[in-house]
Amino acid sequence: MNPETMNNIIFLIPLIPLIGAAVNGLSGRRVSNRVVHVIGCGSVLLSFLISVLGFFTLLSIAVPSRRVLIQSVYTWLSAQWTGGGFMVEAAFRLDPLSVVLCLVVTGVGFLIHLYSVGYMAGDRSQARYFAYLNLFTFSMLVLVLADNPLLMFVGWEGVGLCSYLLIGFWFTDVEKARAGMKAFIVNRVGDLGFFVGLMFLVWALFEPGNPEPIGLSFDSLAAGMPRLLDAEPIWGIGIATWIALLFFIGATGKSAQIPLYVWLPDAMAGPTPVSAFIHAATMVTAGVYMVVRLNFLYLASPVAMTVVAVVGALTALYAAVIAVAQNDIKRVLAYSTISQLGYMFLAAGVGAFATGIFHLTTHAFFKALLFLGAGSVIHAVHHNDMNRMGGLKSYLPVTYLTFLVAYLAICGLAPLAGFVSKDEILFSVFTAHLPVPGLAFMLGVLGLAGAGLTAFYMTRLLLLTFFGSFRGEPDQKQHLHESPRVMTGPLIVLAGLTVLGGVLGLPAVTHLPHFLSNFLNPVLERSGAGVHQSGAVALEVGVMIISTGVALVGILIGWYLYSKKPTAVETLANRFTFAHRLLANKFYVDEAYQALIVKPVMKLAALSGLFDLKGIDGIVHFTSRTTTKLSFLIGWEDNKVVDGAVNSLAETFKKLGDAAQRLQTGRVQHYLYAMVLGIFVLFIFRLLI
Amino acid sequence: MPFNLSSFLIVAAVLFTCGVFTVLTRRNVIGILMGIELIMNSAGLNFVAFNRYMPEAQTAAGPTGQVFTLFIIVLAAAEVAVALAIVLALYSKLRSIDVEKFHELSG
Repeated sequence: MNPETMNNIIFLIPLIPLIGAAVNGLSGRRVSNRVVHVIGCGSVLLSFLISVLGFFTLLSIAVPSRRVLIQSVYTWLSAQWTGGGFMVEAAFRLDPLSVVLCLVVTGVGFLIHLYSVGYMAGDRSQARYFAYLNLFTFSMLVLVLADNPLLMFVGWEGVGLCSYLLIGFWFTDVEKARAGMKAFIVNRVGDLGFFVGLMFLVWALFEPGNPEPIGLSFDSLAAGMPRLLDAEPIWGIGIATWIALLFFIGATGKSAQIPLYVWLPDAMAGPTPVSAFIHAATMVTAGVYMVVRLNFLYLASPVAMTVVAVVGALTALYAAVIAVAQNDIKRVLAYSTISQLGYMFLAAGVGAFATGIFHLTTHAFFKALLFLGAGSVIHAVHHNDMNRMGGLKSYLPVTYLTFLVAYLAICGLAPLAGFVSKDEILFSVFTAHLPVPGLAFMLGVLGLAGAGLTAFYMTRLLLLTFFGSFRGEPDQKQHLHESPRVMTGPLIVLAGLTVLGGVLGLPAVTHLPHFLSNFLNPVLERSGAGVHQSGAVALEVGVMIISTGVALVGILIGWYLYSKKPTAVETLANRFTFAHRLLANKFYVDEAYQALIVKPVMKLAALSGLFDLKGIDGIVHFTSRTTTKLSFLIGWEDNKVVDGAVNSLAETFKKLGDAAQRLQTGRVQHYLYAMVLGIFVLFIFRLLI
Repeated sequence: MPFNLSSFLIVAAVLFTCGVFTVLTRRNVIGILMGIELIMNSAGLNFVAFNRYMPEAQTAAGPTGQVFTLFIIVLAAAEVAVALAIVLALYSKLRSIDVEKFHELSG
């Protein structure tokens, strides 16, 4: 398609799901469920098709560095004063990075919408569900396509909101509603970091002498980096570092890293397709996307990048450790997601941005597949407890086979997508040059350990769910059935993507071009194609072998403990009770947060409430009482003084009247006397005047 | 001492004074009426004196002062008739003609 035409229709990509959300939300209850499904899935499909169109349009632009299409919908904020100005446009940017994310969001999104048709069949509120899902798709697309951090923040908040709405979808269950609240509140803490970082960035970019209005588009920000680097450090830390770290706090909230990951495991209370979409493939990747989008900012601050890498690596290992001891199938996958996101941040932290995006894409495929497969299982057994599952591979063959594919991918076995991307991350880490010597090696080791644990707990999950004998209620066995085609279809498609996804970025050894990094390179100042540039082929092969070896060890141990000798698990749990309890209770982090943060905040809220009740209301009551007394005084004054004046006036007249009355004696002689007196007075006057 | 208008006026004034004195000091109602008569007659005397000593006061219609005096005499008579009627009514009520006793109209 013509680039100019494409430029003019970029806004349709987010708009169509928004329309779908509005239609379903406002009128969905009055139409049949079929219409709701068609609108819900159809809008995402249309978005996907336009994204595909956009992708090919970009490819058709011969010069890679010119593969950027920006469409400004309208001028959002514009302020101009003498000596400066500020302008923000509501603009969408289609470049290789955003088009990749668009394809992932709309493509995987469409598959999940289809799957939801089957999963949510029978639910009473399907219109609301699909409306929320479409609204989420819209918000995520705004986030991905935004050309400036402010518009991105709109999408950022929007996905947070939709996450809350969808986690607490079955809000009549208090626990589920609470999980939604927890997600939103923890996210909010992160959002604060994002926004403060944004404000800081705008402040830092102001030049006192320059009357040009500063724009916030990513191009303008990238051009403004030299100013940041020249600026004075605050409290010994450079401005770029401050800003990058603040944005990263937002990323830890949205992408569930340490310390703001606590909402994701509880978010499993939502419907499983929601978990697959939002908490595996898209929303949680927003943090990674943001860091990659702002790669110029992070490259300006090696300190921030190191922090990102360390947090990513630690989270990757930490979450994997917790996942080992969870019994809820969705929780294992949730911690697995946190762990894999850690790998993405690890990649970004060492500068391998394209690699991080690569892992994001492959992870979207196999994690969505894992979640949807788990959903299929849950659909069959109606609960999440792995201890009551088992032997399901004979009852749910399609689910099992697709799940197996995803399992192999996440364990990192060649040549599936998971292997290729994870391997690239590890290679980038080991060849990275971080400010602290030896740190890169340690992070690489952490990554390998995490990979081993990933293989282990996934094997555990696979064996407990699909192998062995069924450990649930005997009468449940009749109800065990494979899911309908509308659910298994997406599973198969995703399995295919998982298998083929690796093709996007094959390692240098194969001497095939790394499609993804070649595509993304122009957008990123430095990308993860270091795989091809540094040319340390031997190291790369070495990493591949070691990571595969670690994965196999993990699988072997898992197989041994959960297939060959299941009783060993009990023995181990009893031998290491402390460790086991620590893991099963997620290191008591939730409890710690509750005691250290939530309780004090609630107490503060109660205190404020008390202050409002006693203090403010007290003032109001006091004022009213004083006014009443004052009015009483005034009333008294009115009575006594004003009435007194009136009364005394009347008294005076009465006295005058009394005096006058005394003239009327009734005695004729007095009257006559008065007459004579009067005449006499008249005479005097006559004489005088 | 010349005998002119002043002489008559002085006599009238003296009569007037006596009349006023009589009105003011008598306890008897009839006495008061007599005083009133004196006052009226003094006024009449004034009129005829002025009539005699100031010819320019006369009009083409005739001797004004004398006519006025006739009016006064008639009015005095009428007024005495009315006053005596009042006295008679009072006497039938209060059995006395002492003016001190007539104070029912006091306020």
